[in-house]
Amino acid sequence: MADKSDKQVMSSGKVVAKLSLLTVGMFGFGFLLVPIYSVICELTGLNGKTGGRYQYQQAQVAVDESREVTVQFLASNNAGMAWEFRPMQHQVTLHPGELTEVKFYARNPTAQRMIAQAVPSVAPARSVDYLHKTECFCFTQQALDAGEAVEMPLIFFIDRDLPEDVSKLTLSYTLFDVTQNFAGKSQALSVN
Amino acid sequence: MLPTIKNTLNKLCSSVALAALAALLPALSLAAEVNMPQGVTSVSRATYKLHMDIIWICVAIAVVVYGVLFYSLIRYRKSKGAVPATFSHSTLVEIIWTSIPFLILVGMAIPSTRVLTQIYDTSNAELDIKITGYQWRWQYSYINGDGEDVTFFSNLSTPREQIGSLFDPSVPEGSFAEKGEHYLLEVDEPLVIPVNTKVRFLLTSADVIHSWWMPQFALKRDAIPGFINEAWVNVEETGTYRGQCTELCGQLHGFMPIVVEVKERADFDAWLAEKQAAAAAAAELTNQEWTMEQLVAEGQTVYTTFCVACHQVNGQGLPPAFPPLTGSVVTTGPIEEHINVVLNGRPGTAMAAFGALLTPVQLAGVITYERNALGNSVGDLVTPIEILQAQQAGQ
Amino acid sequence: MASGHDDHHHGPAKGIKRWLFATNHKDIGTMYLVFSLAMFLLGGTFALVIRAELFQPGLQFVQPDFFNQMTTMHGLVMVFGAVMPAFVGLANWMVPLMIGAPDMALPRMNNWSFWILPFAFTMLASTLLTDAGAPNFGWTFYAPLSTTYATSSVTFFIFAVHMMGISSIMGAINIIATIQNLRAPGMTYMKMPLFVWTWLITAYLLLLVMPVLAGVVTMMLFDVHFGTSFFSAAGGGDPVLFQHVFWFFGHPEVYIMILPAFGVVSEIIATFSRKKLFGYDSMVYATSSIAFLSLIVWVHHMFVTGMPLAGELFFMYATMLIAVPTGVKVFNWVTTMFKGSISFETPMLFAIAFVVLFTCGGFTGLMLAIAPADFQYHDTYFVVAHFHYVLVPGAVFSLMAAAYYWLPKWTGNMYDENLGRVHFWLSFIGINILFFPQHFLGLAGMPRRIPDYALQFTDFNMMSTVGAFLFGFSQLIFVWVVIKCVKGGKKATAEVWDGSHGLEWTLPSPPPYHSFTTPPAIK
Repeated sequence: MADKSDKQVMSSGKVVAKLSLLTVGMFGFGFLLVPIYSVICELTGLNGKTGGRYQYQQAQVAVDESREVTVQFLASNNAGMAWEFRPMQHQVTLHPGELTEVKFYARNPTAQRMIAQAVPSVAPARSVDYLHKTECFCFTQQALDAGEAVEMPLIFFIDRDLPEDVSKLTLSYTLFDVTQNFAGKSQALSVN
Repeated sequence: MLPTIKNTLNKLCSSVALAALAALLPALSLAAEVNMPQGVTSVSRATYKLHMDIIWICVAIAVVVYGVLFYSLIRYRKSKGAVPATFSHSTLVEIIWTSIPFLILVGMAIPSTRVLTQIYDTSNAELDIKITGYQWRWQYSYINGDGEDVTFFSNLSTPREQIGSLFDPSVPEGSFAEKGEHYLLEVDEPLVIPVNTKVRFLLTSADVIHSWWMPQFALKRDAIPGFINEAWVNVEETGTYRGQCTELCGQLHGFMPIVVEVKERADFDAWLAEKQAAAAAAAELTNQEWTMEQLVAEGQTVYTTFCVACHQVNGQGLPPAFPPLTGSVVTTGPIEEHINVVLNGRPGTAMAAFGALLTPVQLAGVITYERNALGNSVGDLVTPIEILQAQQAGQ
Repeated sequence: MASGHDDHHHGPAKGIKRWLFATNHKDIGTMYLVFSLAMFLLGGTFALVIRAELFQPGLQFVQPDFFNQMTTMHGLVMVFGAVMPAFVGLANWMVPLMIGAPDMALPRMNNWSFWILPFAFTMLASTLLTDAGAPNFGWTFYAPLSTTYATSSVTFFIFAVHMMGISSIMGAINIIATIQNLRAPGMTYMKMPLFVWTWLITAYLLLLVMPVLAGVVTMMLFDVHFGTSFFSAAGGGDPVLFQHVFWFFGHPEVYIMILPAFGVVSEIIATFSRKKLFGYDSMVYATSSIAFLSLIVWVHHMFVTGMPLAGELFFMYATMLIAVPTGVKVFNWVTTMFKGSISFETPMLFAIAFVVLFTCGGFTGLMLAIAPADFQYHDTYFVVAHFHYVLVPGAVFSLMAAAYYWLPKWTGNMYDENLGRVHFWLSFIGINILFFPQHFLGLAGMPRRIPDYALQFTDFNMMSTVGAFLFGFSQLIFVWVVIKCVKGGKKATAEVWDGSHGLEWTLPSPPPYHSFTTPPAIK
């Protein structure tokens, strides 16, 4: 805004058009914050959000026998979720690079068919990038009929580059009831 | 004549000043009492020091700024014939008062960064505890290699009569009880942790965002539904510490206190063993014979802890959000539907699925209570073992 | 107001049409100011309900849920109904007068942007009368409390916020267009009065962040009614994302409420010190830096949500940095008074109180920037005390100062100086009894937004409530002063104040219906 620019004033109409454009742009930017946030989450491990399916290739990863890491599993129900939900192993100790499978148990004790979504979260958050899941029940929704039980697999490994001072990771799943979101739809959709 | 007036004025001024000082001193000592607590952890003491340092820096700046301000207000009054100067600009002065505050800030940023780094180091904890926020109570789960072996809810234990009749219209006017020493800062089951032990907390929530704050530990962290947050504490003194939820979480946000008891390691181990034994004993209770009276008595305790907030002491509810239980279709209709609602909740409403939160004994108790109290008298009951069967059958 | 002696061909229309179809910047400014005063009293009533309940422990007057409705409505009404429209009203009145323009650039849009507001607030306040009650999730409306767990009034809330947002955006566009296009010849940017400068910057901030607020409530609307999951973890969303988007708007918002106040105070201090404002250029640069920094510090509202360490550090440093330009402003004001010739009329009293008490709020702001200490302060009464110190003796006192300063210009009559001083001293004493003890309450451990509290907090809460009622009822004096001044009083000269400078003081008091029909010459 140099003092000299005074002489070339725009018409009010042009100013309004320009500023309206800015307004619309900023409205769009508000929505753009959603994907930007996802990217930042992925980069920084904000909130302990884990990534999607990891393409595991045996050749890429060698097991680091010199280190042991403990991975702890937690299962929580969101309020209003009636399912029984727990890890079948509460913690495992493994070497970085070692592919490991654990199972979670879920049972629908109600009289209706229900659909659930498990939401993963990792602590400490900075270790998120080093936990790779090749198979997880959280990648899709789980539908269970009344009284039905299921053992759900989780296959993962810990990256060799996990920071030295992290010796224990907590992987937590919260189970949400999403039945209503799929009312009238025959098939569950994948979110991750 | 004139000197006398001056003398009297002087005396008056000094006595006023003395009186003001006398009034100020208790105020100051009161202020010292309500300063941020130094707390009982190394983090809380470091935080306290940061707090005091920044206060004194602010006081020093304030003395200079207010000094010049009040000097100007007194010295350069128009009524005293002050003539305005004409200066209005000095680059040198601007540079000076931009750079000095900047340097002070750098001086503050260094210790702050150090403390923050310490707070973020959650490694090498000896004990892990999961803290889950619910509307409106906390749940504590002690985690070890075998799973969450001890889990319990921690509810406000202040009697409702102490809070006041408006809290619940069914509490008769005038039945106020004297407020206790720890009014609103007392719970039925406190969190218990060992002294001089690094304890890691994993915080999450089952519904809305809550925030777990213990001033004496300088620990405040949000509990967010779907995600876990980490924090740690190493308490150096045994004792009982009190805090509150600090994130607005609905109508009873002000009524979900936090109490932590810090015990010697041996006492803690004994307490934990006792809790484990009690949990096993509670499982046994499920298989017992239960009479209507026993169930109603058990149910009343459960009801006052988990249900009154919404459905109220007399069962009238707070329509339209929270329906009445007195004479309702659910509590006076077929018992199967009643069990279903309590166990599995009502999706899309505030009614939670208590099947996953309470024991069969508690569930049987509260259902029986709701059918035979609160102005209802259906006359039937459900036993704990029937609850268990219902849960296993897919009720 | 400006009728009576109007020598131009079109004077104001008569009766209600003058206001309904108003396109005149003075009429619209007056409506904004009257509306905001009404909202100030309404929001103040809500505050008194809160303080009455908190007078002693236990629940005496309201249910916890209604208490939450009161805190929510108090915040919304004060922020969007009182402070923001009041500054827009000042801008409407004063910007054309100060830059030598005949009117605002877009008079019809001006009418529209005002008349949206009464409807927005009627809609919002009407929820108080419904069964479900008013919004009860706090003015910061964090998800999922405001989405999954909200009562049905949330939809009214969302549309009310949309309408307020549209009103603010149109107001901002109008102000920018006016300042860009209608300055008198020779009125260069660096010659503009500081009030115009601060409003120009504020208007740009409004355009940058109000659409983001509109975005966040739109996302809420979709989550509540159309099954999306922006803020619900169940569908891949995240409640913390809500806080990021909200505070991206929310932090600049607090500067939207304080930057024009800086402008007002700069005008007044210079006038009553009978000196030119010290460091005009640096004031402009400091205001711009504050506006820029305000866009990159929002996460300091979220230190306890569990950011990565690097994030906490960045936002802590950036927040601390705001103290530098803010300090420059305070130093400039003090230096303006230094070696001046100061007199203490009511506007000056409010302006001095602004400098003193806003600085207090600035100090606590600096304390809150220190992330580890913020873990203790966050969501306690310490924060309540902090932002009320910035907003009440800050923004509201500057509005009072502005009203007293320009009332003689607006009405042509001098206000009652004695009543004005009584109003000032009662407000000043009241506000300090009201908010100062809240610092101690917060440090001692009292969380905000609770209807009942532990016994050790009783004394300070009682004090605070006494102060609240003193401050609240003192504002009725202000209403009386305004009415009295509009009705009559000693005639004001064009200059009004003997130290006044600027174009608005070259016009008669009250100014003609169309301000500068021929552009004034700028020295």
